[in-house]
Amino acid sequence: MKITAMTASKVLLDGIIKRNPTFVLLLGMCPTLGTTSSALTGMSMGLATMAVLTCSNAAISSIKNLVPAMVRIPAFIVVIASFVTILQMVMQAWTPGLYSNLGIFIPLIVVNCILLGRAEAFASKNSIWLSICDGLGTGAGFTIALTLIGLVRELLGAGSVFDFQVYDSSYAALLFILAPGAFIVLGLLIALFNRITNS
Amino acid sequence: MLEYLAIIFSAILVNNIVFAQFLGICPFIGVSKNLSSALGMGAAVTFVMAVSSAVTWLLQHYVLLPLGLAYVQTIAFILVIAVLVQMLEIIMKKTSPGLYAALGVFLPLITTNCAVLGVAIIIAQKDYDFVYSIVYAVATALGFALALMIMAGIRTQLSITDVPQPMRGVPVALITAGILAMAFMGFAGIKF
Repeated sequence: MKITAMTASKVLLDGIIKRNPTFVLLLGMCPTLGTTSSALTGMSMGLATMAVLTCSNAAISSIKNLVPAMVRIPAFIVVIASFVTILQMVMQAWTPGLYSNLGIFIPLIVVNCILLGRAEAFASKNSIWLSICDGLGTGAGFTIALTLIGLVRELLGAGSVFDFQVYDSSYAALLFILAPGAFIVLGLLIALFNRITNS
Repeated sequence: MLEYLAIIFSAILVNNIVFAQFLGICPFIGVSKNLSSALGMGAAVTFVMAVSSAVTWLLQHYVLLPLGLAYVQTIAFILVIAVLVQMLEIIMKKTSPGLYAALGVFLPLITTNCAVLGVAIIIAQKDYDFVYSIVYAVATALGFALALMIMAGIRTQLSITDVPQPMRGVPVALITAGILAMAFMGFAGIKF
């Protein structure tokens, strides 16, 4: 039992740091760039992805012995797409404002390489419990990365953090909440992450 | 006619799918290392996007909407695109081996290219008519190909410069893309 708890926490932590989907694996770039114009939208996108990833990992791990190897990729995609559809309905009903803010990136969670990647590399080989941990860990890594990028962009571009005004927005460089700022901030943060992990 | 020109111009330059809409970033970073593969990927995406947006338009308007199944749109679209890409690969292999040799390796990558599903969903959301949808899809794909080719040209040059260690590869490519996005913002003021 103790070993299980240890592997579970290792799987969780790996997803956040060693296999961070954004900074190390460089997966799921489209939502990373498209939804991080503020810390709050970045965090919401991260949490939405984490919810789908955890559910799809659990479901895929539980059906792994029933699906023939030949059709496993289409089967995984259907599972992921079903959870995305559920998420779309839930968000439309309870958080319509957020749903319209994130827009097209919610249905596009289906083609986020992180989900299919974890399904193929982890959930199709491990137990349900570990797959859930992996989903939570990888999802948390993605959420932290998106929140961080959103935080930097919002601070530089609008002078606020989570909508709390830090300095007068007329001094802020609007560029950072527009499209070019997304690319530049992500590039610099990946470089920083490389610098820290290599030294 | 002017209406179509406006949508072509806007989809290629003003609302460029990579620089303004953040779709298809993975292949944009992954396949832009040299000009010939950028050209191949651009052509493959143009082809698939044209066919898939026609098929998903027909699916949306003749199956999903009449049956009241609009909520399974995401699942239906991704399945159609995946099947379509597989079929195109098989047909191309049999009928035009030359084209297959040029585009074949890029086809499996396209299923997970979010630009293809993204364009299908945008078309469904904005409720474009059939011809308009296809013109929009082809123009968007050309915008993607343009972005890919500009980037490939710059990265060929970049590969012979001395970039600081932590910035090598993807980080410097992203910053280059940021500067390109600034250039593309210049088109934003142009209106018809």
